[in-house]
Parts: sequence; C-alpha cells; structure tokens
Amino acid sequence: MRTLRFLLEKEFKQIFRDKGLLPVIFIMPVIQLLIMPLAANFDVKNINLAVIDHDHSGYSQQLLAKIGSSGYFRITANTASFPEAMKQIESEEADIIIEIPANFEEQLIKEGAGPVYLAADAINGTKAGLGSSYLNTILADFNSEIRMKLLPQQANTGIDIRSSDWFNPYLNYRIYMVPGILVILVTMVCGFVAALNIVREKEVGTIEQINVTPVKKWEFIMGKMIPFWIIGMIDFTIGLLIARLVYGIIPVGNLFLLYGFLSVYLVAMLGFGLLISTYSDTQLQAMFVAFFFIIIFILMSGLFISVDNMPVWGKVIARLSPVTYFIDVMRMIVLKGSGFNDIKIPLLIEIVFAIILNGWAILNYRKTA
Amino acid sequence: MPQQSSDAVILTNITKTYGETTAVKDLSFSVKHGELFGLIGPDGAGKSTIFRILTTLLLADAGVATVDGYDVVKDYREIRKRVGYMPGKFSLYQDLTVEENLHFFATLFGTTVKENYSMIKEIYEQIAPFKTRRAGKLSGGMKQKLALCCALIHRPEVLFLDEPTTGVDAVSRKEFWEMLQRLKQQGITIVVSTPYMDEADLCERIALMQSGSILSIDTPAAIKHAYPDELYAVKSANMHQLLKDIRQYASCYAFGEYLHVSGISENALAGYVKGHTDVIIKKVAPGIEDCFIRLLLKHE
Repeated sequence: MRTLRFLLEKEFKQIFRDKGLLPVIFIMPVIQLLIMPLAANFDVKNINLAVIDHDHSGYSQQLLAKIGSSGYFRITANTASFPEAMKQIESEEADIIIEIPANFEEQLIKEGAGPVYLAADAINGTKAGLGSSYLNTILADFNSEIRMKLLPQQANTGIDIRSSDWFNPYLNYRIYMVPGILVILVTMVCGFVAALNIVREKEVGTIEQINVTPVKKWEFIMGKMIPFWIIGMIDFTIGLLIARLVYGIIPVGNLFLLYGFLSVYLVAMLGFGLLISTYSDTQLQAMFVAFFFIIIFILMSGLFISVDNMPVWGKVIARLSPVTYFIDVMRMIVLKGSGFNDIKIPLLIEIVFAIILNGWAILNYRKTA
Repeated sequence: MPQQSSDAVILTNITKTYGETTAVKDLSFSVKHGELFGLIGPDGAGKSTIFRILTTLLLADAGVATVDGYDVVKDYREIRKRVGYMPGKFSLYQDLTVEENLHFFATLFGTTVKENYSMIKEIYEQIAPFKTRRAGKLSGGMKQKLALCCALIHRPEVLFLDEPTTGVDAVSRKEFWEMLQRLKQQGITIVVSTPYMDEADLCERIALMQSGSILSIDTPAAIKHAYPDELYAVKSANMHQLLKDIRQYASCYAFGEYLHVSGISENALAGYVKGHTDVIIKKVAPGIEDCFIRLLLKHE
C-alpha cells in the first residue's frame, strides 16, 4: 500500500507540474461545454428565401407575409423569373426558391387549390430539409385558413392531431445535447490522457527503470488509473455545474445513481486507454489509435444521430461502444429521472466492458518484453 | 536456491534474436562476486541485450542465466530486489526533482533514503546542492550521478551499468570510474558496458564483444599480454599514402596520429616505407584497442 501511495503521489506531482496537460484536463472541457452546445444546434433559423411572385395578388401577398413573419425565413430577393432566382442559389445568397404562379389567387378561389413550387439548395441537407418542411407547415396552415374563409362549414372535419413533447417540452436542442457532450468530454480526457501518460513512460524510458524494481503489476496499473479516475470525476462534476448554471439543466434523477454509473464507465474507459498504451510504443501512435476509436465512438454513440435510426450494422457498432450506453443513461437520468431499474441493463453491460477492457489490458501489459 | 559460493552472474548458452537479427549468440560467461566486469564492444555488439536479459526485462530465446544465484526467468522477483540497473538512456522522471526521484525509487524498493544513505553519500553529496532542481534540468554528468544514486539506493548485490559514460564529458567520465572503484570496495559486483576501449583498463576483467559473440574474455593485462606479434607505430609526412603502401603487406590502421602496424618485422617495415619523408617508426606496447582489432580481423 505504501508503494501505491507513493506512485499516486508521484503521478499527481507530475500532472500538476505539466503546464501543457493541466489546461487540457480542466480548462478545455469547460470551454468546449460552453461553445459546443451553442454551435451544435439543429434549429434552422435565417433561411434565405428567393421569391418569384408571378401573381402579385392579395393571397400571394398574404402568403409571403405569413412566411416572413414566421421568424425562420428572410426574404432576400424578389426576382421575376426562375433562372434569376437560381442565380441567387448559385451565389449562395438564397437557400430556397418559392415560386407562386400567375393566376394563383384565381385558381385558389375557383378550384379550391393553387400550386406553389419550392426548390431547395440541398448542399446543406439539414437546412434544405428543415426549411422545406417549415415552409410546408406554413403553407398547410395558410391552406386551412383559406378553407375556413371560403368553406366555413367544412373546416372542422378530419382528425385533429395534437402532440406534446415530454421531458423537453420546448424541444430545446441544448437540453438534449449538453448531457451527451459532457459524456464525450469525460471520455476524451480519460481515454486519451491516460493512454498517452503510460506511453510517455515507455517513450522516455522511465518504465524500464520502474520495471526492474519489485513494483507489482497491479500497483503500477492502479497508480495510473486512480489519478485519471479522480480527474474524470472532477471534470464530470464541473460539467454538471456548468450544465446547471449556464444551461439551467438540473438532473431530474438521482445523482448517486448517475455517479455510480459514471464510476463504472470511467473504469471501462481507463481500461480502454490502458489497452491502447500496451499496444503502442510512442505517444504519436497512441494518439492516432485513440483518436480513431474515439471518433467512431462519438459518431456512433447516438449523440447526434439516434441509434434507433441507424442501419443494422450501425446499430451493431453503436452497441459495441461503451460510450453509447453512457450517453443513453445520462439522458435517461438527467432528463427523464430514470431509476435503477431502468438503467440496470446498461449498467451491467458497462461492467462487462470494464472487465473485458481491463482484463485484456492487464494480460497484455508485461514487465518483461 | 542461491549458492553464495558460486559466481554473482552466470550466463550459459544465452541466445536472443530479434526477428532475423541475432543479437546474442550462444553466449556463456560468468562474473565473480565483488568483481568490476566490463563488456567492451561497439554499438550493436549485444551489450544492452545482455543487460536486459540479466535485469529480467527481456526473455532469452535459449540458455540459462542466474544473478546472485537466482534464475532470471523463474526468480525474477528476487532479482528485481537485488540488482541495480542504470539503462543507457537517462530514464528518471525529468519533471521530478533530484530529491523526489531518489525518494521515489527508494520507496519502490521498499526502503528509505535515510536507511541506505551511507551507500550513496559520497555520490549524492556532489549533487545535493541541486536537490530541489528538476532532473531534466541537470547537466549530463549530474544526471549520471543521480541515476547511479537511484540504482544504488536499495543496496543492490549486483549493479548493471549500460554505457554509463556514453555522451559524458571527459572529466565526468574520469570521476565516474573513480566512483565505481570506490563502490567496488564496498563489495558490490559491478557489470559495466562501454564502447570506449580506453575504459577497458579500468575493469578487473573484460569481455570483448562483437556481433553477439565474445571474442576474448580475461583481465585487460592478460588480453594485452596475449597479443602475439610486435606492434609498431609509424608516421610520415603523407599519412594517406603511407596507409595505402603498408596495407599491401601487413595489418595497418590509423591510431591517433600514428598508424599501427603488426604482422611484419621492423626491417621489413622500414623497407616498405622507403619512399616516404619524415618517417618515424617505434615499437609500442599493444593496447586493448589493438587486441580488439586483431581479434576482429581474425574473427572475420
């Protein structure tokens, strides 16, 4: 135990003396948590619209006014023809073209229907997709308003669908993203820094000097894991405070449950870092290998894209990553207030990850080459 | 079981290959208790491999080795308690201070600096003024002394020093060897490797190594004594031409400002250098380097 205490003391001394590492561990996550949720926002605002109004009628004016007042669109150009509007798209001054044909009002009154043409620049797929669907909603709304006016007796037929969004009633994207991003930050710090730390001992040659001492394998490994486990806990706590103070996200569920899951998760991720370090000889190698896996973990974790929407092979990869389960559990506990029974299966899976990754790493770590 | 009567280090038919390359070939030798033993040879001779096998960092492909009576494979735990190892590359924690490094390694060996201070006192006193300095900020000679202190802090029975003087200035090298002589008086067995032939004379016994094999193993004096021929140092105004001229008839190589020639009589040599001006020919006693070159030529 005395040896382990000294190993820990040495490790903390080194961490606190490393002027490059400290900001990476403590300041970078804070900055990222402040910036990323603000930037990673799927709400599409300020969609630039090029309008071709061939009708110039009362209805077409009403429609455009309705679109303009929705808050999502900015009418940036009024053009006389489609090719002119297309130029706006090409020069990236407009995202969507809306073309209202001549006789729009006449047709609408006489035949009860009027065509409107929409063309969206699909290079930014999200903007095109969401923009078109917003426009469709506005058009449908406009449609029913007119029907009400023209045919009041038919207005109330059909099914009226009302939905309510639970756990995130205003569909605030940040409430959904912040808990996930917090997981990613803790993952990066533990996965990367722990892997690099051990490989540095190899690179500098200090591991050689340690290996000729009677230090036991488990002492050395614990000496490496405990400091980064503590740092992971601290980082997570800082992140949770930022989520509360800056984004107003107060975990609904039990904090002990959350920290309980985190402590298992950190052991799994540290095992992952340790495993990488046993296969790498230089920090550069370890960096790239860790980077490769962490990028896959993040992209497939359900942080941005729901795992349920992935193809089967995607789901398989997502299920093989410890990150996926924690993001899921994090959202469940923080937003939904899930209890132990809801998370016991992911917790069990995370424990299996921790055992496999650490067991593999320990088997592969040898004091003798 | 350890047998105190047997030698401190025994290697029997040790072989180690890295892929295609054979680092150590069927090597056997032993080091007596309390001996200052030198492994002398150029880079790539296999010196570091031997150290790594003896300090239990590397497993040999074949053969048996014991240190202080313990088998390097079976009893590696015992060996790690008993040996001090100073790798060729400085491998202490550069971001810890002199003092912290020393305390750290003392603890890893389950001892304290205070307990074994007498062991390192003489060496540590030289670096004590810098004890709060980070190890990475020390000069080369200081680093060497600190590394030696850290390797000695647990009173090892056998000390392995892998090229301790490579890259160290001449004054520090001299000091370092003086330290080793004093350590030897305390009864520690020391195995040291060096590529510098002039350091061979400072060892009690040496093994001359090349390409994973031992060319010769004996005391420096005996190795020099075994040199079979007369050795001459030759010098002239045109050294380059002189080397070319003599090479046709005898073994000849540059040695400082002279050429060393062997294998022919003085009269014959005088005949070969007739065309040169300012010729000096003198008989010299062979050094370890001469012996090494001769063994190398014979070996090839």
